[in-house]
Amino acid sequence: MSQRRVELTLTVNGQRYEAAVEPRKTLADTLREDCGLTGTHLGCEHGVCGACTVLVDDEPVRSCLMFAVQCGSQAIRTVEGLADGDRLHPIQQAFWEHHGLQCGFCTPGFLMLATSVLESRPDIGDEELREVLASNLCRCTGYQNIITSVHAARDQMRS
Amino acid sequence: MIGESVLRLEDQPLLRGEGRFVADINLPHQLHMRIVRSHAAHGTIESIDASGSLDVPGVVAVWTGADVAAIPPIDFRQVGADQMVPYRQPILAQDRVRYVGEPVAAVFAVDPYVAEDGAEAVVVEVSELAPVLDAAGPLGDFDGRLDTEAYVFTEQTGDVDAAFARAGHVLEAEFSVGRHTGVPLECRGAVAVHHRSTRTLEFLGAAKVPFQNRDALARMLGLPPSGVVLREAHVGGGFGVRGELYPEDVLVALAALRMGRPVKWIEDRQEHLVAANHSRDQRYRLRVATDASGVVEGLDVEFVSDQGAYVRTHGATVATLAAAMLPGPYRIPNYRVTGRVRLSNKTPAGTYRAPGRYESTFVRERTLDAVAAELGIDRAEIRRRNLIGSEAMPFERGVDALGTPVVYDSGQYEMMLDRVMAHIDYRALMASLAERRANGELVGLGLGFFVEKSGLGPFAGSRVEVDPSGCVTVTTGEASVGQGFETVMAQICAEVLSVGLDTVSVVHGQTDQMSYGMGAFASRATVMAGTATHAAGVSLRRRAIEVAAEMLEASPDDLELLDGAVRVVGSPTRAVSLGAIASALGPASPHAQDRPGLVAEEWYTTSHMNYPYGLHAGVVALDPDTGSVGIERYVIAYDIGRAINPMLVEGQIVGGAAQGFGGALFEDFSYDEIGQPLVTTFMDYLMPTAAEMPDLEILLSEDAPSPLNPLGVKGAGEGGTNACGAVIASAVDDALGRPGAVCSLPMTPERLHTLCRSGGGSP
Repeated sequence: MSQRRVELTLTVNGQRYEAAVEPRKTLADTLREDCGLTGTHLGCEHGVCGACTVLVDDEPVRSCLMFAVQCGSQAIRTVEGLADGDRLHPIQQAFWEHHGLQCGFCTPGFLMLATSVLESRPDIGDEELREVLASNLCRCTGYQNIITSVHAARDQMRS
Repeated sequence: MIGESVLRLEDQPLLRGEGRFVADINLPHQLHMRIVRSHAAHGTIESIDASGSLDVPGVVAVWTGADVAAIPPIDFRQVGADQMVPYRQPILAQDRVRYVGEPVAAVFAVDPYVAEDGAEAVVVEVSELAPVLDAAGPLGDFDGRLDTEAYVFTEQTGDVDAAFARAGHVLEAEFSVGRHTGVPLECRGAVAVHHRSTRTLEFLGAAKVPFQNRDALARMLGLPPSGVVLREAHVGGGFGVRGELYPEDVLVALAALRMGRPVKWIEDRQEHLVAANHSRDQRYRLRVATDASGVVEGLDVEFVSDQGAYVRTHGATVATLAAAMLPGPYRIPNYRVTGRVRLSNKTPAGTYRAPGRYESTFVRERTLDAVAAELGIDRAEIRRRNLIGSEAMPFERGVDALGTPVVYDSGQYEMMLDRVMAHIDYRALMASLAERRANGELVGLGLGFFVEKSGLGPFAGSRVEVDPSGCVTVTTGEASVGQGFETVMAQICAEVLSVGLDTVSVVHGQTDQMSYGMGAFASRATVMAGTATHAAGVSLRRRAIEVAAEMLEASPDDLELLDGAVRVVGSPTRAVSLGAIASALGPASPHAQDRPGLVAEEWYTTSHMNYPYGLHAGVVALDPDTGSVGIERYVIAYDIGRAINPMLVEGQIVGGAAQGFGGALFEDFSYDEIGQPLVTTFMDYLMPTAAEMPDLEILLSEDAPSPLNPLGVKGAGEGGTNACGAVIASAVDDALGRPGAVCSLPMTPERLHTLCRSGGGSP
């Protein structure tokens, strides 16, 4: 049932957003509705599909399983923060060049997952990378081109 | 441009988080709908108490069946029949509930969280009735009057009884394919708003078949079709499931009309898994008659399709496709099939990628494997002996599908078999697998040949228009479900008009932008809309040259369209750009002559589908301790006549295969003995992840262009899925050294573990 709203300030992609939300409101819904950042998608709302993956202090988080009120001073990153103006992030560019998306619904989650792993482990091997990418679900691509894309991005970001 | 793997036009916004999926759409002052669903599989509704819900601050209204009793049930979109009419689904249950998840009430509130609070406070009392959970078992009662067999049909060709009477060998078999479905990553949703100022009901978040759904909504709500506008946004996967007209869609539209406020509904995943169409779920019994060399003389099939609780928009589509496409690439001169569409107290069913074919390919290919094993014939060889020769094309099957006779338009089946055999080095592969088996490994090879169908008519239209800046807009009434539709249409248009891909934009799925449209299903979009777009481009090119001839004072015969401008052949600087031609075609311009604008619209009509075909070959390794199957290698050969964009075609094939593997190994909507669904989350509905997918080898070929359209194209959407169940099953049999061990899907670890312990295993 309805609860008293809590005022909070979120820092998302380096920008500050003021919001007043019920404690039960998920981070995903808050990003989408209160910050207008609808690039973060909800595919299952029970933490399995990973479409809602965002980075909280650079760690990948399922934003459907986190409440907005749990985010205090942490830095949140979403898909909207990846590109630098007109220039796509190398991971986005690789997904484009290697046909790593079809309907595009799961894509933001995969991009954020890949961002976190390639930033923290730039030398990650193919096998481990496949295991990490198995955290998220895609129903269109059969994953082959997602894996190819992330390999290409890894190699590009290393060079 | 045609035939090139150009990068997709669609991708930039999707990569940047700038997509506009239905959940991203918000309108001022909107209400949010939440559905209260039946907790019982079968029963009569004794009472619905909404008072507690209406007490929740922010809840505006609660509707039950009584509030919508005047709205007719949802009609069939295709393959309907009079006898199925009573089995259609009402938008809210009237006095009986027939599956867990059936909508019984709708709560409207100012906030989606509050709408859920309100839904939880609705109390539904049901007096339970015995559920029907085995559609192949005894018939049950539907409504006190009708039983649960909604439709029965028989198709036949040749003389089946005579074929069996003279047959050298007869084999009987039973097969089944479990219940699974599309499960797009985006759940369903809709936003509707009634614009009183223009008397227009606008429905946002449409998908797949917006024009047909517009007509259906208009009929159900008593509005003129021109007063209902459906708009497709980004669509997060279709696979047959998404975009059909469901009860929730109608409720959203009706609520927007009645309440005078925008209404939004976004499904959650638990709802999706019990409310959106399920699929497959067929049980087969058959007899096959062959001669001593394994040539099939006769095939006599009876099957039951578990339709779930109601017959939805697809009518008998899945069952009729299963029946018509079952003979596949083989001659099978005498064929008889009886299909029974029966209801149960499970979620209603509809189409899912390769509907009817995933099932019937499993049945046909398993049958050929069984005959091969019995007669001691190699599995590739028995297929070769039965294939339809290219000299027999076009080949009339003698049965109908989707209201049109099945006539294979073209095919080089044996050439494909040879190619795959060479690619995998069949003999050497078989030898190496035999050696590994001798060393105790459970490894095996499976093969599965199939014919697909694509390009369902009867029509598609396309309008191509150039604006004064030279930008080109292609408008079609067809739809995108995320498969790359815009890129493919733009490629065809850009090729014909000799313009850059980046000057072309594509409009689809907007019912106020085109007079007619069908949509994205049956692997039809590239074939139908692509052909129409090609024709419109050719018309526009002709018109551009005609007008340029006047502007340049040259003969049209001396002009060509090159790099976005009409040029004088031999002196390319004497040219006028497409944009300039468009500028010169204002309504009052002397060039216009009652035909203002640089625009052309063409319609492609056809009464026949076309028939791509393919062959899958897969190697699996079975772990007897866990019952898990690892796919070591998987090859898919597919001939689609002509590939507009091979990269996208391969993407379709690989993605389709992942879904095929899911249905073969993991995905299974099971129910307990009282009809409670056991699979309502992604913890239970197991779809393949990156860890389960092998790196597929795709052999795309263009040996048999379709003679039915000028591009020669056939559809690419479903061949990746079609034979996966058949092939994995065949490979598991081979690994176990027990032909015929697998006769039902999915082969879950539990089932395979049991199979391994029951005497399978190493030879």
